[in-house]
Amino acid sequence: LPSIALVLLMGKSGSGKTSMRSIIFANYIARDTRRLGATIDVEHSHVRFLGNLVLNLWDCGGQDTFMENYFTSQRDNIFRNVEVLIYVFDVESRELEKDMHYYQSCLEAILQNSPDAKVFCLVHKMDLVQEDQRDLIFKEREEDLKRLSRPLSCTCFRTSIWDETLYKAWSSIVYQLIPNVQQLETNLRNFAQIIEADEVLLFERATFLVISHYQCKEQRDAHRFEKISNIIKQFKLSCSKLAASFQSMEVRNSNFAAFIDVFTSNTYVMVIMSDPSIPSAATLINIRNARKHFEKLERVDGPKHSLHMRMR
Amino acid sequence: MSTDEEYEEDELQALSETEGECEDGVLQFSDSLTGEVKPRILLMGLRRSGKSSIQKVVFHKMSPNETLFLESTNKICREDVSSSSFISFQIWDFPGQIDFFDPTFDYEIIFRGTGALIFVIDSQDDYVEALSRLHLTVTRAYTVNPDINFEVFIHKVDGLSDEHKIEKQRDIHKRANDDLNDAGLERIVLSFYLTSIYDHSIFEAFSKVAQKLIPQLPTLENLLNIFISNSGVEKAFLFDVVSKIYIATDSSPVDMQTYELSCDMIDVVMDISSIYGLANSEAALPYDKESTAIIHLNNSTVMYLREVTKFLAMVCFLPKDSFGRKGLIDYNFHCFRKAIEEVFDVRVKVQQNRKLLGQRRWSKLTAANTR
Repeated sequence: LPSIALVLLMGKSGSGKTSMRSIIFANYIARDTRRLGATIDVEHSHVRFLGNLVLNLWDCGGQDTFMENYFTSQRDNIFRNVEVLIYVFDVESRELEKDMHYYQSCLEAILQNSPDAKVFCLVHKMDLVQEDQRDLIFKEREEDLKRLSRPLSCTCFRTSIWDETLYKAWSSIVYQLIPNVQQLETNLRNFAQIIEADEVLLFERATFLVISHYQCKEQRDAHRFEKISNIIKQFKLSCSKLAASFQSMEVRNSNFAAFIDVFTSNTYVMVIMSDPSIPSAATLINIRNARKHFEKLERVDGPKHSLHMRMR
Repeated sequence: MSTDEEYEEDELQALSETEGECEDGVLQFSDSLTGEVKPRILLMGLRRSGKSSIQKVVFHKMSPNETLFLESTNKICREDVSSSSFISFQIWDFPGQIDFFDPTFDYEIIFRGTGALIFVIDSQDDYVEALSRLHLTVTRAYTVNPDINFEVFIHKVDGLSDEHKIEKQRDIHKRANDDLNDAGLERIVLSFYLTSIYDHSIFEAFSKVAQKLIPQLPTLENLLNIFISNSGVEKAFLFDVVSKIYIATDSSPVDMQTYELSCDMIDVVMDISSIYGLANSEAALPYDKESTAIIHLNNSTVMYLREVTKFLAMVCFLPKDSFGRKGLIDYNFHCFRKAIEEVFDVRVKVQQNRKLLGQRRWSKLTAANTR
C-alpha cells in the first residue's frame, strides 16, 4: 500500500488560497480569480501531478469558525502525517497578531503530530504593495516568521498572482515532493551535455512548474525559471481562448535558440542552445531520441506515491 | 499677398523649432536627428480619464495593474516613440485640466502639426462634461487644421457587458454628432472605439488610428497580399514589436482573436529573447535581424514570426502543410523584406527633401530681413 503524504494549505479567509490553486492547477488566469467567492466548508479536487503523484486538494474555508474547529475537535485528524505545510499570509492584513496566533497554533499541532513536516510561508498579494517597498516589507515579515517558527524552520516566499513569484514558490514546494528528483537531475545533465545545450529545463506538463533543471554556465537572470513558467503558461492560456493549444515552440535570434517541446507524457522540456548555427532539425531529433529514455524513467521509478493535499 | 502668407507660416514653424520655450523643446515640430516630420498624435480628455495609463501600457509595456500607481499628469508630456518604434509618432499626454486660453501654450502650433487627436472619455463616469470638452477641443482644432483625424476612445469598458458597451457607444456617438450639427459643423467626422487597457482593445484601436496616418498603407497591404498568396499563408500582419500595434495586414478579414494571439506570440518571443538572447555587450537588444519564432498549434496551424526591420515583425498563420515548404516561404519572405526596405527608403528621401526646402525658405527669409 502506498504511504499517504499530506500537504496542508492553510491561511485566513481571503488570503488567496483558492486563487492560487486555481491558477496553478486549474488554468485560471489571474483576472478570472476575481470571480471566486469565499470557500465554504471543504472543496475536494484531485490533481494528477507528474503521472505518479496524485494531489488530493482539500480546499477548506479559512473563516474563523472553521479554523477554530481545526485546532480543537479535528486537530489530530488534520495534522497527522503531514509532509508539507503551506501557510498563506495576506500582506495587507490588518490583524497581524491574529494571523500569527493562528499560524502558531498550526505549528504547535504540527510539532506534536508531524514534527518532520516542511513548512512554507507565502507572503501573498505583494502586488498591492508599492514596488520600492516590497523587499523591505517582505524581509521584515520573513524575520518575524522565522523567529516565531522556532524550533521548526520555515522557508518564506513573497508571492502575487499577477507575476512570476507565484510560480517560484510553488515550484520550490513541489520540488520537495518529487520522489526521484536526484535521478531526474542526473539524467537531465547527461542529456544536456550530450546535445551541448547551455540550459535545459523540465516542466510538469499541466502546471508548467519547473521540476528540474540543468545549466552549464552562469546566466544573467536568477529569476528566469519562474518567469519562463509564467510566460509559457500565459501563452498556453491565450491559445486555449482560440480552442487551441500549443505543441511546440522555437524562438531564436542571433545569440541563441530555444526549443520548447513535449517531452514525456507528463513533462515538457526547454532546451537553450547558444550556438544558433546548429540547425533546428538536429536539436529536435536529439530531443525526440531522449524522450524514450526519460519515459522509461517515469514509469519504472519510485513507489506509487499518492499525495493528499488539504487546504484549510 | 500669398507669398507673404507662406513665409509667415514658415516663420512660425521655424520659430517654434528654434525657441522650444516649453520644457524639453516641447513645441518642436520636426526631429532634428533624421529631419523626419513626424505625425503627431494627441491624447486629450478630462482628468483621470486614463490617458497616461494608455500611453504606458501601449508604448512602455506597463502591466495594466501597475497603472494604478501612476500619478496625475500635471504638465504636457511629449513622448517620442520613434527611437524604439516604427511609428514615428509623438504622443502628447495633456493633463486633464487644460485651458485653451492660457497664453503659455500655443495650441495653434500644436494642432497644426497633428495627424490624429484622440479624445479619451471615461465610460464609467458621467460623460456630460467630457462631451462638452470634446466639442470645444474638436472645433478649436478643426479651425486650425481641418485635416486632423478625430478619434474618440470610449475607455474603461472592461467592466461593461456587451449590450451596455454598444448602448454607451451609440449614446456618445449621437450626442457628439448632435453637438457638431447644432454648431453647423456636420463635416467634421468623429471615429469611435471601445477601449480598455485590460484587454487587447486598446491595441486594436491604436492600430486603426496609426494605420490612417501611414501614407504607404496601400503599398504595404499589397505586398502582404502578394506574399501570402504565393506562400500558402492564411493571414499575415506587419507589427510594430514595441507597441504591438499592427500597421498593415493582408486583405482578408481580421479576426480579433487572431490578432490577440499574434500579440501574445510577440510577448512570448520578446520575453524569452530578453532572458536568453542578449549578447554580452551593454547595448544588447533582444530583437535583432535574426529574430525568428515558430509555434506549432495542435489544430495543424503554424504561427511564424520573422524580423522585417528593427521595429517591425511579420506574424503569419499558415497550415502545417504549407509550412512543409519552408524554403519557398523563406525565399518569398526575403523578397518581401527587400520590398519593404525600398518603400521606406523612399519615405526618408521625401522627408529629407522637404526639410531641405524648408531650410531654404527660412534662409531666404532671414536674408530678406537683413537687407
